[in-house]
Amino acid sequence: MKNLIVFIIAIFIANTSIAQTIEVCKTCPVSTLKDAITQAKELDTIIIKKGTYKEHSIFIDKSLTIIGENYPVIDGEKKGEIITIKADNVTVDGLFIINVGNSYTEDYAAIRVKNSKNFVIQNLVLEKLFFGIYIEKSTDGKVYHNKIIGDAVEEYNSGNGIQLWYSKNVEIELNYVEHVRDGIYLEFSDDCLIKNNISTLNVRYGLHFMFSNDDIYQDNTFENNGAGVAVMFSKRIKMYNNLFKENWGTASYGMLLKEINDAEIIGNTFENNTIGINIEGSNRITYKHNSFSNNGWAIKVKGACYANTFTENNFLYNSFDIAYNSNVNDNVFDKNYWSSYTGYDLDKNGIGDIPYRPVKLFSYIVNRTPETIILLRSMFIDIIDFSEKVSPVFTPDDLLDNNPQIKKLTW
Amino acid sequence: MRSRWSYVYFAFYLLLGVVLLFLNNDLSKAVITLMNVIIVLVPLIGTIFGVMYYYNSQEFTELLLAQPIKRSSIFLGQYLGVALSLSMSLILGLGIPFVFYGLFESSAIWDFSLLLITGTFLTLIFTALAFNIALSNENKIKGFGYAILLWLFLAVIYDGLFLMTLILFEDYPLDKVSLIGTMLNPIDLSRTLILLKLDISALLGYTGAVFKQFFGTSFGLIVSFVMLTIWVVMPVLRIVFKSKKKDF
Repeated sequence: MKNLIVFIIAIFIANTSIAQTIEVCKTCPVSTLKDAITQAKELDTIIIKKGTYKEHSIFIDKSLTIIGENYPVIDGEKKGEIITIKADNVTVDGLFIINVGNSYTEDYAAIRVKNSKNFVIQNLVLEKLFFGIYIEKSTDGKVYHNKIIGDAVEEYNSGNGIQLWYSKNVEIELNYVEHVRDGIYLEFSDDCLIKNNISTLNVRYGLHFMFSNDDIYQDNTFENNGAGVAVMFSKRIKMYNNLFKENWGTASYGMLLKEINDAEIIGNTFENNTIGINIEGSNRITYKHNSFSNNGWAIKVKGACYANTFTENNFLYNSFDIAYNSNVNDNVFDKNYWSSYTGYDLDKNGIGDIPYRPVKLFSYIVNRTPETIILLRSMFIDIIDFSEKVSPVFTPDDLLDNNPQIKKLTW
Repeated sequence: MRSRWSYVYFAFYLLLGVVLLFLNNDLSKAVITLMNVIIVLVPLIGTIFGVMYYYNSQEFTELLLAQPIKRSSIFLGQYLGVALSLSMSLILGLGIPFVFYGLFESSAIWDFSLLLITGTFLTLIFTALAFNIALSNENKIKGFGYAILLWLFLAVIYDGLFLMTLILFEDYPLDKVSLIGTMLNPIDLSRTLILLKLDISALLGYTGAVFKQFFGTSFGLIVSFVMLTIWVVMPVLRIVFKSKKKDF
């Protein structure tokens, strides 16, 4: 008897505390997402059935799990922001959100997370957007497996795909972003992990870092963006195994580093970019096991770069391997493979017997008079490059790779 | 004489192709090296062969002239004989080792065919120029001297002067000047054609609208080919014209 009472009490307690599930569909008692949120209690689950829901300015102020079945469409009708999350522990899953309002004064987003913890945003498809996923002053969240397809043409009237602002500890994984201003943008956001994303065809940068420290980005693909990837004013960023491809144009880079200190750039591939890496005012960076192939300039060093080390990288068929705009050098190049190395290896230890000079006189000339690029690979240029190689005057004379590899490196 | 030398020429290219592939183990790298070779060597060989052939067969030509054959067909026949056999040696000599190495399965096939096309154009142009020089100079030593000078000028000195001009006038907009300067030299022209394939990413780094149109679209390719054709047609016309008037 006593046991039975305990059991009944237990069931009673369980019943009240177990979360409820609310279904939303066109013919259900609850037919809008807004109503569902007002009716729901903390920790409830809202399931949205297939259909089109014309709603905007939806505020989620409770810990809810919102799941879309078969990708229901939330149509904002260009009237402003669509979903705003202002509570901890919110999960949004499987929605198709379209038509975010445009504005020149406010950053309307398809989904905005504000001052929240432990959020999960996954399996969303966003189209016709201004800003996509905007995470503001939030921590410990996850942005997973979303697809963001914008239609941005100009920089001034478009927004970013995934934007983090003053957020910490966010994981951004397996997302696909195209045709927005910046694919992924981090500002004042530390300790984030950006992994396995594809960011392509964006108007400005595929990935953009500003004042964000201790972040890791790895295994991402950045292809055909307006200006490539920019990492600026940040410390201790780790960049592993990313692919930077086909960023073509006059101000276009695979990667732009500006005021970056103590970063690690390991295992990345730079292919067919106008400039592989453009470095400005960046110190103590380790470049290792990267592969630069068929770029216009593999690495362009613009001033104030000290104590960087470039070891065991492959430089393959770039028009210019390294370009310097001064003849001062404080960086170390060692044990790299250079496809344009013409030395020999008599003692057969796999290391070339004469050092390699990666900076050519011609790159200095092109830097001064850009039109001369048309004389690239001319025999006259080869002759003056050779004479500069023998006795350097314009290029840094201590810029040498003393142990150039004879065979392409594999890791 | 002609056939023997074209065999030597053929053997040279065959050897070059085999050695390059053997040393590089990489088609795209071999294509880049070949480009440097083709741009410098093909004009040189074309010029020297053209001059040499003309002077060697001069007596036979005079004999032929006594026959009722049109002058233009004699000289055009000689020109085409030399130019085409040189081109064939180039195409076969380089083509065979690359085909055996697996060219058809590789992505370098377009670069390689472009290379052969420009090589052929260069042969046609420089043999024609050589015939012109030989037709205008009875003296063999002078003829050879001019031919070598022509090659040296177009292959090296022209670029030097070009570079100096660009640097001297760097304060002015130069993109049109530099493109026109390229058009006026067949070696530079073929080099640009190959650059379009190999170094397009670097070429797009420069901020000129004219450059962008030229290199960014197929416009550049078309204009370059048209110019190369003009470079073939002009000297050939002069051969015909000159040979009609010349006293033997």
